[in-house]
Amino acid sequence: MATQADFKDRQFLAVIGDEDSITGLLLAGIGHVTQPPDNQKNFLVVDNKTETAAIEAAFERFTTERKDIGIVLINQHIADRIRHRIDTYTQAFPTVLEIPSKDHPYDPEKDSVLRRVRRLFGE
Amino acid sequence: MSGAADREAVFPTRQSLGIMKAKLKGAETGHSLLKRKSEALTKRFREITRRIDEAKRKMGRVMQIASLSLAEVTYAVGGNIGYQIQESAKSARFRIRAKQENVSGVLLPAFESYTTEGNNDFAMTGLGKGGQQVQRCRETYARAVEALVELASLQTAFVILDEVIKVVNRRVNAIEHVIIPRTENTIKYINSELDELDREEFYRLKKVANKKARDTAAADAEMKEKKAQQQLLLESGQENEVPAAEGPDTTTDILAAEEDQDVIF
Repeated sequence: MATQADFKDRQFLAVIGDEDSITGLLLAGIGHVTQPPDNQKNFLVVDNKTETAAIEAAFERFTTERKDIGIVLINQHIADRIRHRIDTYTQAFPTVLEIPSKDHPYDPEKDSVLRRVRRLFGE
Repeated sequence: MSGAADREAVFPTRQSLGIMKAKLKGAETGHSLLKRKSEALTKRFREITRRIDEAKRKMGRVMQIASLSLAEVTYAVGGNIGYQIQESAKSARFRIRAKQENVSGVLLPAFESYTTEGNNDFAMTGLGKGGQQVQRCRETYARAVEALVELASLQTAFVILDEVIKVVNRRVNAIEHVIIPRTENTIKYINSELDELDREEFYRLKKVANKKARDTAAADAEMKEKKAQQQLLLESGQENEVPAAEGPDTTTDILAAEEDQDVIF
């Protein structure tokens, strides 16, 4: 159960996505780099060459290690690469949200949360 | 005994019967309260799931528009600005804040977005050309992120409510199918034991009374017999006593007389 202290200081969003999505979201002003010496970025640019392990590590870092992130946005086609991690992620905080990307249209059937919604409605 | 396996380990006394009855009453009250809570939560939950469904579809459209405006920027600037933007991002202008909402005792967090004033990491972006497009793109994306934040808070509420409803339903079922039957069984058991004790006590008293009556009858009979025997003894004793009493006289007689009789020791 999430407590008050657990989400009070969560004030940033984090993104794992392709270059275009990241660029757009950064333009909206969500980008944040922590103070030196950490210099941790709250976004990860993924392309075809990025290792799945690197994506998993970033996901791990955003969801469990950092305590200042409230929402993790992840492109759906990238979420598919670490689908097992997303499906087993059940914590309320931070929220993991799958977003469509430019090259990959949004498919509601793949979304973990929407799948649960559908299952609950018995469809 | 079918209920013997499933009851609480209590001594069948009147006191524990009272306790069990109070417990049963408490369990029934708790059951109805929890049931109502679960219903209220489920109502809320259904509303949220419906809104999530809508919001997800809306998000798809919003993101499409936002991507389009980014394409416009790329075209206007005439190159990829991604690298420049990633490097110049330093401090988040767009932040979120969590507040809480209370639904039948469950705290549901809701995100709220706000923008901090004063820091603009991308002041130089699009300075050469395409500044207008960059500005429009920023606004579009800001709107998209707002929609995303709203969706995220719905989703958080969904996850938390899902969990809470499961817990509440589990409790309702536990009370309905385990605690109430078990308490009823215990009450039944205590009642039957108390009845049994009553019967036993009654039987015992009856037995004691019977035995007493029999004992008195036996004692009476014995007494009567004794009396009769004594009477008899007394009567026969008088006959026997007389010669015995005459014993010393006869000895003198024996001494006196020549004839000797058998001496019985």
